Amino acid sequence: MSKENNLKGWLYLLPAILFLGFFMVYPLVDVFVYSFEEGYNSASQTFFGVGLYNYSYVLHDPYFLQALKNTFILVIITVPLSTIIALLISVGLNSITAVKKLYQTVYFLPYVTNTLAVGLVFMILFKKTAYTDGLANLILAWFGKGPIDFIDGPYWAKMFVLCFYTVWVVMPFKVLILTSALASVNQDYYNAAKVDGTSSFRIFRKITLPMISPMIFYLVITGFIGAFKAYSDAVALFGTNLNAAEMNTIVGYVYDMLYGDSGGYPSYASAAAIILFAVVFTITLINLSISKKNVHY
Amino acid sequence: MSNDFDRIERASRARKTTVRTITYILLTFWAVMVLFPYYWMLLTSIKSYSAYNAEYVPTFFTLTPTLQNYVSAFSEVPLARYFLNSIVFTVITTALMMAVIVPAAFAFARLEFKGKNLVFSLFLALMMIPNELVIITNFQTITNWGLRNSFAGLILPSVTSVFYIYLLRENFAQIPDELYNAAKVDGTTDFKYLTRVMMPICKPTIITIVILKVIECWNSYVWPRLVTDDPAYFLVSNGIQEIRENGFGRENIPAMMAAVVVISVPLIVLFLIFRNKVMAGVSRGGIKG
Repeated sequence: MSKENNLKGWLYLLPAILFLGFFMVYPLVDVFVYSFEEGYNSASQTFFGVGLYNYSYVLHDPYFLQALKNTFILVIITVPLSTIIALLISVGLNSITAVKKLYQTVYFLPYVTNTLAVGLVFMILFKKTAYTDGLANLILAWFGKGPIDFIDGPYWAKMFVLCFYTVWVVMPFKVLILTSALASVNQDYYNAAKVDGTSSFRIFRKITLPMISPMIFYLVITGFIGAFKAYSDAVALFGTNLNAAEMNTIVGYVYDMLYGDSGGYPSYASAAAIILFAVVFTITLINLSISKKNVHY
Repeated sequence: MSNDFDRIERASRARKTTVRTITYILLTFWAVMVLFPYYWMLLTSIKSYSAYNAEYVPTFFTLTPTLQNYVSAFSEVPLARYFLNSIVFTVITTALMMAVIVPAAFAFARLEFKGKNLVFSLFLALMMIPNELVIITNFQTITNWGLRNSFAGLILPSVTSVFYIYLLRENFAQIPDELYNAAKVDGTTDFKYLTRVMMPICKPTIITIVILKVIECWNSYVWPRLVTDDPAYFLVSNGIQEIRENGFGRENIPAMMAAVVVISVPLIVLFLIFRNKVMAGVSRGGIKG
């Protein structure tokens, strides 16, 4: 290992190190610094003291509590729901041969479309205006219900649309992962079970589920992390002023604190971001410990 | 005896058919759920303004399609500018990222130097850092550098991706040592070896990374929203949000839908062309869900 080789290695790495240093490592340290600086002023870049005031402010802010509540409801509803639906779809998809490829392509479409743009379509489908009740209410009317304004109406209606849209958006990734996991299960297990005359439900429970359990678990973890960071889906449906719509999420709160009508408070934003990170980290640890007991590798 | 056998056989076949039918119905139902919003946006975008607003009960088809909304989308709001901005942003960010990650992946996979393993572990640790934690300081940095409302401000923090360095390094490392040694004997420089041998061999992975990055850039919303408030620098995501809140006026939904179609089409076309590469890439390195 010559000196020249050392230099060359570092030279090839230099651009990456510079970019990561400026835009990841330094900010990572800095966000903790910000979160402890009390009364930070972005214009003069001064602060009064050091302490936990920012955390206490955020934890007592009704907007943050609303965002926390919304995010938890969203997570608790969409993660299990989307995982179960994705499992059903993937098992179905794996059992057919005709149009399989076509359906796989169709199911993947939401992944490559702009969340903000398609969110507008959902908004229109669910919105009730003076001119029209919208499509969702037309369907409700067939069952003799409604009309409900899903976009500016009651809280649960708005939450329903947000959950519905979130499931629609996250489904492609889950279906893709589960179909490839199902396709890679060794056929010998199934053949052996068939010789023994095992019922198909039992095959699913005793062979399929254990074999793909690592992938299901992977989806649950990434699903939790993704759902906790929900933000642009809500903006697409309810507009940028999420606090007014009572539909803000934790990430939305962070950005609102940083910038926008209520912005200019990087310290509060940092404290909220670190609280979010702590929540996600804890949940992931819990997930990992549960998986140790239930996942078969 | 044989009758019993036939009966059991028939019953089992009937059950299989039922299961199959239900499967197809459910799968088709979900396919409709996925496709319906696309159908609705296309349909609404070709309805005329007056026809759309006259429908108290929405209709599922139109007999008088019009392209007027597309004309409005390009003339009444700066959709073309948003579109162009997004293209510039996507192309430069992706190109810069490749220029950064290819040498880094090469250094990790092929070169020997002091501290390599340590730096590599640090890089891997960075993969776990969520964007939300670093975006706050990045916003302050870009503001302090006076780069708000500029392409530099949009692009610089979006360039790096540790995950793609990792993905590419794994691929580079699979190329046998013999090839490298033979090239060394022939007097090929490292740089030439990288561009003439390694990159062509790893072309599939490189294309996958490019496609994933393009999708990410085209759909990025949070960072552009933070650093730009001048519509001259809006990307399509902010643009569509701006159109929604201040564009055609709240009622001109058909024109809004035309803009949505224009924004959605490029990625859908890209996906349909590179279907297998996109799906393989996402299942290896997808980050949404």
